[in-house]
Amino acid sequence: MTTMLAPTVDHDRVAHPTRDLAPHVSLRDTLTQTFAMAWRATKKMRRNPEQFFDVTIQPLLFTAMFAYIFGGAISGDVASYLPIIIPGILAQTALTACMATGIQLREDMDKGVFDRFKSLPIARIAPLAGPMVADLLRYATAAVLTVATGIAMGFRPGGGVLGTLGGILLTIAAGWSLAWIFTWLGTVARTAQSVQGISMMIMFPLTFLSNAFVPSSTLPGWLAAFVKVNPVSHVVSAVRDLMNDGQVTAEVGFALLGCAIVVAVFAPLAVRSYSRKM
Amino acid sequence: MDIHTHPTAPGPDLAVSAHGLVKTFGDFRAVDGVDLEVRRGEVFGVLGPNGAGKTTMIRMLATLLPIDGGRAEIFGVDVATRAHEIRQLVGVTGQYASVDENLTARENLWLFGRLQGLSSKRAKATAAELLGSFGLEEAANRPISQFSGGMRRRLDLAASLISRPPLIFLDEPTTGLDPRTRGQMWDTIRTLVADGCTVLLTTQYLDEADQLADRIAVIDRGRTVAEGTPDELKSSVGTSTLQLRLADRERIADAADVVRRILGEEPVLTPESGGLNVALPDADRAADVLIALREARLSVASVSVAKPTLDEVFLALTGHGTDDSTSDSAEIKEAS
Repeated sequence: MTTMLAPTVDHDRVAHPTRDLAPHVSLRDTLTQTFAMAWRATKKMRRNPEQFFDVTIQPLLFTAMFAYIFGGAISGDVASYLPIIIPGILAQTALTACMATGIQLREDMDKGVFDRFKSLPIARIAPLAGPMVADLLRYATAAVLTVATGIAMGFRPGGGVLGTLGGILLTIAAGWSLAWIFTWLGTVARTAQSVQGISMMIMFPLTFLSNAFVPSSTLPGWLAAFVKVNPVSHVVSAVRDLMNDGQVTAEVGFALLGCAIVVAVFAPLAVRSYSRKM
Repeated sequence: MDIHTHPTAPGPDLAVSAHGLVKTFGDFRAVDGVDLEVRRGEVFGVLGPNGAGKTTMIRMLATLLPIDGGRAEIFGVDVATRAHEIRQLVGVTGQYASVDENLTARENLWLFGRLQGLSSKRAKATAAELLGSFGLEEAANRPISQFSGGMRRRLDLAASLISRPPLIFLDEPTTGLDPRTRGQMWDTIRTLVADGCTVLLTTQYLDEADQLADRIAVIDRGRTVAEGTPDELKSSVGTSTLQLRLADRERIADAADVVRRILGEEPVLTPESGGLNVALPDADRAADVLIALREARLSVASVSVAKPTLDEVFLALTGHGTDDSTSDSAEIKEAS
């Protein structure tokens, strides 16, 4: 090993160490740092392709499975169930996909490299937001595959290309927003397993106690009441309105508002608990 | 030797100035009132066994852990309240290499460059420069999982140097490295200091602190137990030991007579193995002993000079040894 380190020492900085120190991170630097972290996350995805299992195999499997099992019972036949179930599956896969965000963050935070991230003069949100930007790829994969499976099974979205695209975009937006809940969980939980356990407990009631798979009119009153306030129901209804009718209804507004509230609450919580964590 | 520091007001000549640093984990006081003054441009060694609080102290100074008590300044900037500025001043190389396992060496350095405000092109150039100076060019595009311990440490140190920080924390930079890699790491550290960087180094090895540090603080159970130059520390512990083993163990008593005559010290004998240990006030005198033994036709199977070990330093300073027996044996094999 040669030890020519001439380029590594800045004599000016050595002479005046505290000159030109920035008091905080600028918004522009925050964005650069977030995208650098997103780049890291995509590299990681490419080298661990099993990270894509939940957004590739699961949408295919669940769409086919749920449509054939429940189709006859709920809507009379599979074809007329598809407009109901496809938006439901979209919401469910988005939730599953963002659950993985929290688990992976927790695993990542246990690694030495997170110490370095913390020791660097970078925005505290960058190591959290970076992977979430990269995860947009996962949500997009999940959403497109679910719709494609549906179309292969005979689903003909009444909202046309624009409506379908709108539905997919809304799913991605919802997945990204809800992921902040799981990111926050990732920063507070002790182990990746506990993140997984808690996430499951959140995910199952949220997806199944919604209108994702069955019309809420078939449910007992007390359950219907919960289903109506469940944000997942609003996302599912909004996606149905967009895909099946091509209409931007009040449900779309409610869904987006719900997402915005989730981000506004959980993003600051996540950054705070990340900054505190040793 | 001056056992305790008497901290003065932080002047511009101090890179690190910490007074009464405290870190508690529940009831356990991992760092219990440590004072530290590191002058600009020096290598300051923090010496102590596992669990003495060295890493905790470094993590507090590097803003990785909140400070529970006391005050710390780096180049006059308060650590507790101006973390973002501290992070621009300090490069940290941890005990366990903190680089990304999923990326190659080149990608790691590029990422850390980007994160610290270099353009993509500059980050690429800096990565290439550092890979070159740390002898990692050949391995640049290999996954880190295939790296040896020494290569990881080098990459880790390279990553700490991207922003050209004026102060570098090295937390046990050579723990677990083989002697050759260790020597290379020492050379690298010396080069850094020659260029004007200040280095705060923690180590379990007395000889490492001896080789590199201008001044040393010995830490035990979260407290500073001694501070001084390496020579001051060593002379406080005592002398080296000459360890002999005779080819013919029957003649151990004759050998003891020779040693007594030459050194004027009473040797400690282990007749069953033909062994003889004696305090050696001056390493040069070892040769006198060997010559005298040859003249007396006493054949020697092995000879070594043992410097005081960290264990002995601890015993002398604290009255108890290191908790785990990681004392380093700085033996110099001189003949066999």
